[in-house]
Formats: sequence, structure tokens, C-alpha cells
Amino acid sequence: MLTASVYSNPGFDFSNLTRNNFLSEKGLPLPKATSTGTTIVGCVFEDGIILGADTRATEGPIVADKNCEKIHYITESIRCCGAGTAADTEFVTNLISSNMEMHALTHGRKPRVVTAMTMLKQYLFRHQGHVGAALVLGGVDATGPNLFTIAPHGSTDKLPYVTMGSGSLAAMAVFESNWQANMSRAAALQLVKDAISAGIFNDLGSGSNVDACIITVNHTEMLRNVEMPNERVQKERTYVFPKGTTAWKKEDIKKLVLSEEVTPIGVEAMDTD
Amino acid sequence: MDHIDMHRLKQGEVNLGTSIMAVQFDGGVVIGADSRTTTGSYIANRVTDKLTFLHDRIYCCRSGSAADTQAIADFGHYYLQMQAQTLGSAPAVLTAAAIMEKMCYQNKDQLSAGIIVAGWDKKTGPSVYNIPLGGGLFRQPWAIGGSGSTYVYGYCDATYQEGWGKDETVNFVKNTLTLAMSRDGSSGGCIRMCVITEDGVERKFIPGNELPKFWEGKEVLGEATQKALAAISAVSDVAPMAVEV
Repeated sequence: MLTASVYSNPGFDFSNLTRNNFLSEKGLPLPKATSTGTTIVGCVFEDGIILGADTRATEGPIVADKNCEKIHYITESIRCCGAGTAADTEFVTNLISSNMEMHALTHGRKPRVVTAMTMLKQYLFRHQGHVGAALVLGGVDATGPNLFTIAPHGSTDKLPYVTMGSGSLAAMAVFESNWQANMSRAAALQLVKDAISAGIFNDLGSGSNVDACIITVNHTEMLRNVEMPNERVQKERTYVFPKGTTAWKKEDIKKLVLSEEVTPIGVEAMDTD
Repeated sequence: MDHIDMHRLKQGEVNLGTSIMAVQFDGGVVIGADSRTTTGSYIANRVTDKLTFLHDRIYCCRSGSAADTQAIADFGHYYLQMQAQTLGSAPAVLTAAAIMEKMCYQNKDQLSAGIIVAGWDKKTGPSVYNIPLGGGLFRQPWAIGGSGSTYVYGYCDATYQEGWGKDETVNFVKNTLTLAMSRDGSSGGCIRMCVITEDGVERKFIPGNELPKFWEGKEVLGEATQKALAAISAVSDVAPMAVEV
């Protein structure tokens, strides 16, 4: 008897790889993922951490979302800004947030920022850069304020002020010229807003509004759209044409709806008793 | 995504274009490193700590991919903790170096990591082990590594002598790294050092503006040009853009 030979060989099937290489040789590249051409920053101040992000998401040259959220929840006092592939930053922070909650429940105490950092770096290293998430992780725990960057290949840095994403150079310029040790809450928030604004105005991949998140020992404040420097204003003129602007010579109205009568033959009526 | 070329660094990978060094002396070892981490032409971190803790008296200097070397050092740290718990005594430097070498050799196809392991143990005293790119384990009285090291092999060969004390060794490391950092574009910033002896680990930090000074060049233009320049700057306080002689 003949059987359809769908899986002729044992083991993995790499035929799609051959197909994709063939297609890209013929000039049909793989579809691009939505990326957050981004400015994200973090900064230590006298009693905690301030994270900042812009709100533009891009798909190549197109702005896919003008007001997206890039500061992700890990735990109540640990948050994470994401740059790179939007889907990857979203899912990797969700996964680690879930694992951190489990960790907190099993150990019965507040988890540390280094724990989240280690989970993230080991996950990203395991995927060898294929999970394209560039992160700024910050929070306050039993050891005090902690701030890290995590690159897509799984390397980490611990610094008092950090920037990431395509706007990181513009933002770092602001930090390098104006950051000071033990800044006040107000001064640090202004610095973060300035750094993100530098990204919004000087980097094509970043834009729209400023989000910020202030984390202190017993309070986390999410400041969604603290600064909105690109609000659409009311147009000075309206471009609605008055009725009768266009003249016509002939009026003809056609009936487009057809009606027909259907006579059912030999079909029993539905039993509605 | 582009075709992956494993011979080069992975695309967008954070790199430790580095100058690292370790030297043994009678009572211990001195290890040192520059502080630059780069992503392409951008300095991702200018105060990096490339001297990484493996055990109480054993450290390693990392060069190559930041992600790879951090992962290897984390695993090494974990293995040595287990070893110390099960044996009930501090592990030997050779043990640490052998573990690190094993990871570097067995995963050589996927890693770019050049590591120097150094420290002090009861059995052999101070020791330095070099683990180059594809694996291999070499005990040396001094070892240098990273992209900056190529510029200073001659300096080390000409300068190093046996029987130095701690201060001479610290100066040797400081001078060598300064020279390497001044010639290698992907090394720079400040110098971090550790002196590891039986008594403990002493950290040293030298800021970029306090590095030892070497000959930095002098004006080689002719006397006629010097005079022309002086005349122009005397007339106006605007700096001349170009001088034709």
C-alpha cells in the first residue's frame, strides 16, 4: 500500500533553511521584526533609581507605535527598560517577571536585582544573541539601589548611570556632562528627562514622549508620559470643502440592490414546537 | 539577519578589546587590566572591571567577548565554590586554571575568550596561568593578553627580571599596561590592579589622568615655520587654520 512520504528522514528537517537561503538569494529577504529604535536610560540618585525611556516603536522606516511602553514590570521594586526587538524585550521581561514572583514565593522574601540580572543574562547567553533584547535593569533591594545594562549576547555592566538603544550616544552625552553623585530626586528626574529628550530630538529611531519610573525603598512611581514635547496641535485651518464646491452637469441615481423571491420546494419547516 | 561568520565576533557583540597582564613575584601575584569595553567604535563602559573573582585567592583577567568571558567566569566561580565545599579546603590555582581551560577548549567553536588565571595557593605559592584563544594551559612567570598585548611583548622581554618585590612588580604592570593602552585604540581608560598574597587581596585603581608619563613627542616643524606661527599668533589672537611656507 502506498503511503504519503512526508517525513522520509529521521532527525531534524533543515529544508526550510535551504528554501530561505534560496529565496533571499533571489532577492526576497526574511520579514523584519518590529524593533524599538530606542533611547533608554537609568540613573542612581540619593535614595534610589530612576529609569527613563522614549515611546517610539519602529518597523524599518515606519513608526509602528507613537506611544508604546518600554519600561517593563519585573517586581514591585525592580523594573526593566527594553531596546532591540520589541517582541523579545516584551517576552523576556514577562518570563523573568514570572520567575521572580515564583522565586519570591518559594523563598518568602523580596528578591534582589542581581537575581533578575543573572536570570536575564543566563537566558540571553543561552540563546547566543538570537533573542535581541538590550536591557537597562534597575531597582532597590536589601543591598540598596542597583543598576545594570544587559546586552543581547548576555554581557552585563554595573554603573551609576547607563544608556542603551540607538539614542544611547545622545543620552550618554547628557549624563557625561551633567551627572553628579548623590543627586536629589528632582535633579535626577530632570537629568533623566533631558537625556531621553536628547535621544528623542537627535536620534531618528527615538521619538514622541518621555516615560520615567522612580524606584525608592518602599515606593515605586511610574510616570507615564511625564514629558510630551511632540503633541499634535489643532490645525490652524480646516480643509473641509463646503457642499456644492464641485459643479455637475448630470445626475443619475442607480439602484444597486437586487431583490429576488425564493420559493422553497420540498423543505420542511423547522420544528419549533 | 546576515549570514553568520563565526570567524569574526558575532554581530553587535560587546567586546573587550583589551590589555591584560599578570606577573608573579616572591610573595604573590600582581594582576592588572585596562578598563575599556567597546561595541564597534563606541565605548560601552569606560570603567570596566576585567579582574574577576574566581575564589578567595584566585582571580582571572578576561579578554575577548564580554558575554563569553563573563559566562565562563561565572561557571568557574560556581565550580570552585563546589570544590571548596566538598574538599573542605581552598582550591589550587592550577585547579581553577584547569577548569577554565577545559571550558575554553571544549567550547572553542562557540567562544572567543582569552583568559589569564592567577592567584596564590598553599601548595605552589603564587602562580600565573595563560589560557589563549582556542584553549591550552601554560604556566608563566608573567603573562600578557588582549589586543593591546602585541605592542608590549618586546618591552616585557626587555624589562622583566626574576626576584622582584611587590612594589617593583606593581610598577612593571602599571608601566606595561600604560604603554599598551597608549598604542592600542581598543584599550584605554584607567588601570585596575590586584595584588594577591597569602594575607589577602589588595585592589589598586589608577585614574586615566594619573598614568605614568612616557615620551609623548615634540614639535618637529622647522625653525622658519615656528617663526611664522609665532608671528601670526602675535598679530591676532585667532588660531591660524593653515600656514603656507
